[in-house]
Amino acid sequence: MFELGPQDWQAITVTLRLCLYTTVILLFIATPLAWWLSSGRSPGRVALQAVVALPLVLPPTVLGFYLLIVLGPRGPVGEALEAIGLNHLAFSFGGILVGSVLYSLPFAVQPLHQAFSNLGRRPVEVASSLGAGALDRFFTVTLPLTRGGFVVAATLTFAHTLGEFGVILMLGGSIPGETRVLSVLIYDHTEAMNYDGAHRLSLLLLLFSFFTLFIVYTFSRRAEIARI
Amino acid sequence: MTGRRARIAELANQPIYCLACPGNYQNPPVPVMIYRPTAVSARLLAILLLSVFACTARANSLTIAAASDLRFALEEIVTAWREQNPDQDVRVVYGSSGKMSTQISNGAPYDLFFSADISYPQQLQAQGFTATDPVPYATGRIVLWSSILDASALTLADLTGSDIEHIAIAQPAHAPYGLRAQEALQAAGIWEQVQSRLVFAENIAQAAQMAESGAATVGIIALSLAEFPRLAQHPYHLIPASKHQPLRQAYVVTRRADNNAAALSFARFMTTDIARAVMARYGFAPPGEPTL
Repeated sequence: MFELGPQDWQAITVTLRLCLYTTVILLFIATPLAWWLSSGRSPGRVALQAVVALPLVLPPTVLGFYLLIVLGPRGPVGEALEAIGLNHLAFSFGGILVGSVLYSLPFAVQPLHQAFSNLGRRPVEVASSLGAGALDRFFTVTLPLTRGGFVVAATLTFAHTLGEFGVILMLGGSIPGETRVLSVLIYDHTEAMNYDGAHRLSLLLLLFSFFTLFIVYTFSRRAEIARI
Repeated sequence: MTGRRARIAELANQPIYCLACPGNYQNPPVPVMIYRPTAVSARLLAILLLSVFACTARANSLTIAAASDLRFALEEIVTAWREQNPDQDVRVVYGSSGKMSTQISNGAPYDLFFSADISYPQQLQAQGFTATDPVPYATGRIVLWSSILDASALTLADLTGSDIEHIAIAQPAHAPYGLRAQEALQAAGIWEQVQSRLVFAENIAQAAQMAESGAATVGIIALSLAEFPRLAQHPYHLIPASKHQPLRQAYVVTRRADNNAAALSFARFMTTDIARAVMARYGFAPPGEPTL
């Protein structure tokens, strides 16, 4: 009954690649960003916080539209890439990866921001006074103490990328093996009146999303208990 | 494997939550459950690992952008072409002709573009995005179709009746079939009257899906979609071709496919008897022939 076709597997592959890359890239970007945001309050920080949260309130079409303009062959980034002999990013995997990183940014930054704020600066300062270097402080003090935040950030980023639709549809089109992710394929199956195909993939995403949120709540609870 | 690849493979092997944390977890976390090697997840992981560094560019690939009225007919033609060219990799992306045309002018990697209306490939040609002149391949028709009512007993004038709640048409702004539906409704003199009943689909296949699901009482859809077995269980009313401008369908080879032998081969295949027979079965008239 639950037989997935080659099209489905192709979309699963693209989706998992996209989610994995987005998560890894975002953890690298979000960690310093969240650290800086949590290290005080200033107009600059508040402004950045607002910018980071923008994808939460903006319609995905706005982001998709701007990215298409900027990353496309006639946009500044697209043109610059073509000038150095690379391809522009519209309708490509690279393009939807850029879109996903921007679109899921708040889901990576906010849990880390929360975790770093809760941690405070004291443990790091103590470590510093004991002679620990910056990297050492991060890996032996901050990371173990805020791992719950990292788990939540990574899981939410992964899951949110999985659920992305509008940005990818606008920026990536629906090219099999390249930009046709699961959510887009479900849309496509529906349009082709292939309801069985749409059902299977929808159920898959439903179950996966539930487990993801289950994990997130498990870890946020654990983080709270640890604080108490 | 080289050191770097091995490291990345190792990273990818770890559950997602651990990517950023080299530190050890004491409690085996919950997500492990999802990745426990059942047949499915083992296969998923294998595909993932293989694909992580798989090159996305392919040598023998042909990507076709096609109007949504071809959704079922073109599948059959692609299958027939693949039998003759088994080493070719064909991908088809469907959408409204206007949308596909916009995508092409924004750099979408399509080699061939099958448009439901010749005006879109002509515009692309004028903007320098094509390698060939637009070649007409068929003439399309629109029909009234319903999964609720007997559409064969309906005419356009009946759409003002009280039993019609929603009428699905494609978006006239970028879907040729939607524009022709609008013209037909205008010709019937009921365009203003049915305004509040119209629901607009992104393309003609979505309009058909709206009618098929019963969400729309009737749809003005492509004949080629009404001939699809799933929809053919219900009768349709063929809207007279005199009620609207002809749906002159044309394809064009895009600029990026100038030297793509596969694109030219597929284009030639459209004129073969095999392809013509499929098109005829889906209700398309050959190009240039008057349709009445």
